[in-house]
Amino acid sequence: MSHPPHQQINRDLLRPLLQTSWRFYVLVALPAAMVLTGLISWLSQVTFGFGISGIRWPVYWGFYVTNFVFWIGISHAGTLISAILRLVNAGWRRPVTRCAEVITVFALMIGAMFPIIHLGRPWLAFWLFPYPSERLIWPNFRSPLVWDFFAINTYLTGSLLFLYLPIIPDFAVARDRATGLRRRIYGVLALGWRGTPKQWHRLETAMQIMAIAIIPVAVSVHTIVSFDFSMAPVPMWQTTIFGPYFVAGAIFSGIAALLLAMAALRRLLHLQAYLHPVHFENLGKLLLVMALLWGYFVFNERLVTYYGNEPAEMTVFWQTQRESYAPLYWTMVVCNFVLPLILMGIRRFRTITGCIIASIGVLIGMWLERFLIIVPSLGHKYLPYSFGTYRPQPVEMIITAATFAAMILLYALFSKVVPIISMWELKAGDHPPADLIPPATEEHPIGELRL
Amino acid sequence: MPNWGMAVDLDRCTGCGACVTACHAENNISTVGAEQAARGRAKHWIRVERYWEGEFPEATLKFRPVMCQHCDNAPCEPVCPTYASHHTQDGLNAQVYNRCIGTRYCANACPYNVRFFDFFNPSWDKPLQLQLNPDVSLREVGVMEKCTFCVQRIKSATIAAKAEERELKDGELQTACSQACPSRALVFGDLNDPESEVSRLSRSPRGSKLLEDLGTKPKVAYLSREA
Repeated sequence: MSHPPHQQINRDLLRPLLQTSWRFYVLVALPAAMVLTGLISWLSQVTFGFGISGIRWPVYWGFYVTNFVFWIGISHAGTLISAILRLVNAGWRRPVTRCAEVITVFALMIGAMFPIIHLGRPWLAFWLFPYPSERLIWPNFRSPLVWDFFAINTYLTGSLLFLYLPIIPDFAVARDRATGLRRRIYGVLALGWRGTPKQWHRLETAMQIMAIAIIPVAVSVHTIVSFDFSMAPVPMWQTTIFGPYFVAGAIFSGIAALLLAMAALRRLLHLQAYLHPVHFENLGKLLLVMALLWGYFVFNERLVTYYGNEPAEMTVFWQTQRESYAPLYWTMVVCNFVLPLILMGIRRFRTITGCIIASIGVLIGMWLERFLIIVPSLGHKYLPYSFGTYRPQPVEMIITAATFAAMILLYALFSKVVPIISMWELKAGDHPPADLIPPATEEHPIGELRL
Repeated sequence: MPNWGMAVDLDRCTGCGACVTACHAENNISTVGAEQAARGRAKHWIRVERYWEGEFPEATLKFRPVMCQHCDNAPCEPVCPTYASHHTQDGLNAQVYNRCIGTRYCANACPYNVRFFDFFNPSWDKPLQLQLNPDVSLREVGVMEKCTFCVQRIKSATIAAKAEERELKDGELQTACSQACPSRALVFGDLNDPESEVSRLSRSPRGSKLLEDLGTKPKVAYLSREA
């Protein structure tokens, strides 16, 4: 496999922007219909009352908050991974970064909808904003939900910038190739990019700043999401481990989402010459590391609870460990730990197919993890008389499915208007052929690596 | 400034449920119907918890009326993003319905599970709609509601006493549940008045607070069973 010359890069990566096959319309129409169904479901929930959902006393948070945490977790795919790979100057990152950053932005947008979807009176959601009002009422800054609002907005702004900056030179290429209205739109988006040394210098500086700034923001976002739980005196919620546990889980599910997106792009946009098996192998190793880290956190959380033997906590503990939630719990352990350990730990299985299977497993497992944190605890809170269970209703399932469709839809539309692989970064890195890309674990003396 | 609290004598409670009915009537708590009640949508600001001990036929049944404990260190208050759940100066844990946007975070944070979400707009089985209390506002769909210690009664009694330029007498003011309790198991009053009946009962060596070790500083004292 030889590496494509610059002209070829432009041709390959601008092709989706300039040509549209019927398959694209199918790929857009199906998720769009699903998203529309989700929207109708939500509107009917607003119209007929929250009663059509499965939420009940005492389990007042269910699928919606699970989805919220899940999607905010997925958003750690991009920005964090791509920022770290940029900072350590890993040469193989070049075809991967943009697919990852796009996931971040869209997953955040989807995740940020859930706090509004789950509100009893969503039309008053703006009361969470610190807007000047004549009644001089501010949001309660002691509430973790208000911290969420600020954390997510900061992260969304940061990751939008982080996504947009490296697209500017590519917008300029698209502008120069396009005609008519498209040319004008790409022209505006390219912000007058001419490729002068000064412009390049500024772009590099801005990206360097963003790559450093976005890492603490990403870590803080999921820590704050974990505070939604760990700040409340609920059995199995109030634990100091939740911050790092949630961040690790978020990166874990993020890598899985990235691997799936890469596999889909490689197939649908014919990017075999850019996304090599070695990219999947490198990210697969990262997935393995995160699976081990996740396993460590779960073991730690469970063992400390078990050893502490506090009655209220033990009630929830046994519910998940061997009572009604046990099937879900052990599915989670298999999906999140056993499966990635086998598939990513054994070199023979660390193929693209192996990565896809492991990633689907991890996504299922991580979704279950959030569900198992929220529901069993709320259903078994201290007074046995008020124990309860939760059964999701169609409206919640449809909205959940619709968010996955929304992700596919947004991703498909985005890859239609923006080159999904950073063209200038490929050229700048003199994109090497697959056999020259070093596996992530191979050692190189400093200075020998040509990136 | 009074500090409202309650004492519950478990020795006296027969589990009759009059408090629950009185509370529904006084506070315009909508009935949701059998089907929705089975789906966990019933709203009982006060409930009588039943705990069985031992095996049949030697089983004994114990009752515990549980309502909002009006904690002095309430976990529901800091988590509310809009200050809908907040503390009043006279020690009540107040819920401002109009300010509530329905995150339901307060209900999750509450260890006693005494906060209730309005899943639908209020409705009543006929003819209950004819006995609504004009002093209590209705709650629309999507907000949280809970025991207020009958704040409307507290306000009207306080205002009446102030108009007559006198102090409120102990026992002059009762919540609906304590008024309805036939065995006088529920006693409501001012904890800042050391002579009041509720203060006297709260000091009883039989007294304890519900889930006291969580540090919520509840204002309802439970007097344990001796019989």
